[in-house]
Amino acid sequence: MDQDNRIGDTLLEVKNISLSFGGVKALTDISFDIKEGEIRAIIGPNGAGKSSMLNVINGFYHPQEGEVWFRGKKRESMKPYQVARQGVARTFQNIALFKGMSTLDNLMTGCITHMKTNIFLQAIWKGPAEREELEFRERVEHIIDFLGIQAIRKTPVGRLPYGMQKRVELGRALAAQPKLLLLDEPMAGMNLEEKEDMSRFILDVNDEFGTTITLIEHDIGVVMDLSDRIVVLDYGCKLADGTPDVVRNDQAVIDAYLGVSHDD
Amino acid sequence: MFYRESGDFKTNYADDQQSFPIKLDRYAVWVLLAFAFFVVPFFINDYWEKSVLVPFLVWSMAALGLNILTGYCGQVSLGTGGFMAVGAYSCYKLMIAFPGLNIFFVVILAGIITAIVGIAFGLPSLRIKGFYLAVATLASQFFLIWMFNKIPWFYNYSSSGMITAPERTMFGIAISGPSAPSWATYLFCLTLVTIFAFIARNLTRGRIGRAWKSIHDMDIAAEIIGIPPLQAKLSAFAVSSFYIGMSGAMLFGVYLGSAEPGEAFGIDKSFLVLFMVIIGGLGSILGSFLGAAFLILVPVLMKNIMVGAFGWPADLAAHLELLFIGALIMFFLVVEPHGLAQLWRMTKEKLRLWPFPH
Amino acid sequence: MSPLFLNALEVILNGLMAGIMYSLVALGFVLIFKASGIFNYAQGVMALFAALTLVGFQTGQVPFAHLINAMFGTEIHHWGSGMNTFLAIILTMIVMIIFAWLLEKIVLKHMVNQAPIILFMTTIGLAYFMEGFGDLMWGADIKTMDVGLPSGGSLWLEDFTKGWAAEGTEYYGMYIDVLDVWAAGIAILLVIALTLFSQYTKTGRALRAVADDHQAALTVGISLRTIWIIVWSLAGFVALVAGIMWGSKSGVQFSLSLIALKALPVLILGGFTSIPGAIIGGLIIGVGEKLFEFSIGGMIGGATENWFAYVLALAFLMFRPQGLFGEKIIERV
Repeated sequence: MDQDNRIGDTLLEVKNISLSFGGVKALTDISFDIKEGEIRAIIGPNGAGKSSMLNVINGFYHPQEGEVWFRGKKRESMKPYQVARQGVARTFQNIALFKGMSTLDNLMTGCITHMKTNIFLQAIWKGPAEREELEFRERVEHIIDFLGIQAIRKTPVGRLPYGMQKRVELGRALAAQPKLLLLDEPMAGMNLEEKEDMSRFILDVNDEFGTTITLIEHDIGVVMDLSDRIVVLDYGCKLADGTPDVVRNDQAVIDAYLGVSHDD
Repeated sequence: MFYRESGDFKTNYADDQQSFPIKLDRYAVWVLLAFAFFVVPFFINDYWEKSVLVPFLVWSMAALGLNILTGYCGQVSLGTGGFMAVGAYSCYKLMIAFPGLNIFFVVILAGIITAIVGIAFGLPSLRIKGFYLAVATLASQFFLIWMFNKIPWFYNYSSSGMITAPERTMFGIAISGPSAPSWATYLFCLTLVTIFAFIARNLTRGRIGRAWKSIHDMDIAAEIIGIPPLQAKLSAFAVSSFYIGMSGAMLFGVYLGSAEPGEAFGIDKSFLVLFMVIIGGLGSILGSFLGAAFLILVPVLMKNIMVGAFGWPADLAAHLELLFIGALIMFFLVVEPHGLAQLWRMTKEKLRLWPFPH
Repeated sequence: MSPLFLNALEVILNGLMAGIMYSLVALGFVLIFKASGIFNYAQGVMALFAALTLVGFQTGQVPFAHLINAMFGTEIHHWGSGMNTFLAIILTMIVMIIFAWLLEKIVLKHMVNQAPIILFMTTIGLAYFMEGFGDLMWGADIKTMDVGLPSGGSLWLEDFTKGWAAEGTEYYGMYIDVLDVWAAGIAILLVIALTLFSQYTKTGRALRAVADDHQAALTVGISLRTIWIIVWSLAGFVALVAGIMWGSKSGVQFSLSLIALKALPVLILGGFTSIPGAIIGGLIIGVGEKLFEFSIGGMIGGATENWFAYVLALAFLMFRPQGLFGEKIIERV
């Protein structure tokens, strides 16, 4: 594999992040980096702080301590929508699609950060607003083809089966043409076939669009196969960080996953 | 059999995204508009103008406005009456201050003033959600009505505390005031409502509409994919108040001719518009019209039947009307939360397949 | 003590009394909200309906007389000289229970799992329906309510406080309506009774279980529908008490239903799920609006009571969106 060509400089780096809610510590002194073009996984048992980590990266939670560096610049405290405008898109553990809207509309909403026409041009519609709309429709149709969801283009997403909703959510994130794509358990609750499809999409996105991907996943097999590097969290602390082979043989990781006897 | 879309192929995305993708719908709308603009004005009389057509148009405008805020953006407001009062009093002050100003611009300006007030009262929506917000909008309702009652500048220190619309014209024809002809007031309202219905349609199908709908469906997810909630909610408040302000100006200037805030713009008016939106269909332009038509026509019909045909006393008819409307609201929320517009869509769905449903 | 200070004190006392009345209405809201997540806008109209029914039974009106007269051209209005107040109260309570039962059967059972705002709008519909129904049943004219509660100013308090003012100033003593004092006493009793009921009876425990988690309550064998009927009946009872108090004070008429609008800001302040919150919220609003009207209201045209409570609640919400006693909301994705 042409590892070296694909992976570039550091895209995002978190330094010494600590986050707590009231007295409960969710994350303690976490540091790691994400390089451009790589697939980075965050794993760990339930409640290890994986989702909190993603929430910190996309600005939904503000850590009490630590810094986030994005594309070589330190990021000041930002609102989630500002982070999104910088090119970070994500999917959610519990699907967060706009249930009343069609698949097409959900994807079009994904492009919203790139759309520019003001409210008055929108009101007139004919002219710039319509041109912009059609331009983005082309782009969205491209993603629809890529994910193979042509048939459900006009179906309200609330009516779709779970696996399809996961796919549409990926599509919505892709529509934003992100530099960094965060996937929170993209394969949770899927059967084998759906997992294979989703893995294919993730690899293709990384390959075709060169998008950097950070994902949380419980299926260790999938994670080991997909990712370039893995961060392991447990109880809000970082246990290990490295390539799948390194992580697989790390004693601390084995203890956390398999349990360790404290008798001796 | 006759209503169908097969054979009506779309070859580009522009065709696929137009307002009425099905040919027959498009023709039907044009025919209806032609009828409303070129036939009705010749036959309209005072009764139809005063008790059916003009109130229908005025309340449709208000329902459109509230539907943008509540149906599309998901922010329930009980302050509609108060915002209509802002529109009405702006209209009045503008009429007095600029006697030569075309009434069309008076109404638009009244809408703009209301939009600004709407933004101010929409600010709490950033921190308050759901029915907490609904209750908070009551603050604007009560405060605004009190203000128009208590501050004499708004009603030009008139002794009765009421405001009365002077005669104002458009192209030399009186639109407001007692001598305005029926066809003129009707056409004036119809033109405004038609223009702004199309604008509402354009706004709700594009970028801004999607931002509103995404806030409605899931505000946290919307923010995370890059929609600033402040901008989305306040723009909904502004546009909604603009429509509601215009409808208030039309209600006072063109329809009622004079108004007293507690009576014309009280809390029951806020509920009336909310009911129109619910019965018509949340998040539907067509629904705003259906809801307004329904709630304007039902009382007229009930009154005609009970008072006119049966000879019952008017207060009894009023009680039955309350009872009936309350029951209808509950019925719609239980059986069809998407209102008449959804029923209409389902009928069309069936018609498309008829007579071969399989 | 200067008369101004004493006047302010009187205003505060009256505000407290009014506040207790607000709490009484808010209590009905809290009961229903806790058990079913429904924000019952119709609570005020329920109070009106209960009061109308009570007066109707007391004075022996024929229900729906107006409608029957219109339909059949008859001239009926009363069937007798009325009945004993106590019996009338019992009968009214039975009517409220039947109403709760019908409501559950016809409307509520379809509303499980609906969004709170849809439920809220349903109760606005219910408010319209009940208002129309009440007017149809008993007529819309203003009625006086007399259940034997004393009313009028307390002469004892006036005499007692007359001497408080400084020598040489004109002061006539404090005015407090005895009815308000009674209302306050009854409200306090009601709150104690409700608290005991929910803490120490089996039904009360079931009620709290439902409030906590519908699903979990169902799995341990609590019938949600029975609980809802009980809760709405309880709310009907609170509405009846509120109806009696407000009705005795200012007559039974449409404006009685507007007390619901007074209770809303109280709930915002106190939180929708807290009984102590409803009481303290009521007191804050009662005192706040009376003091505001007394101190500033006169300068800006008066009648500020219409909106002050809302603006106060709104200002409060901006800083503590979860209310006085609510828990901090942590948003999750």
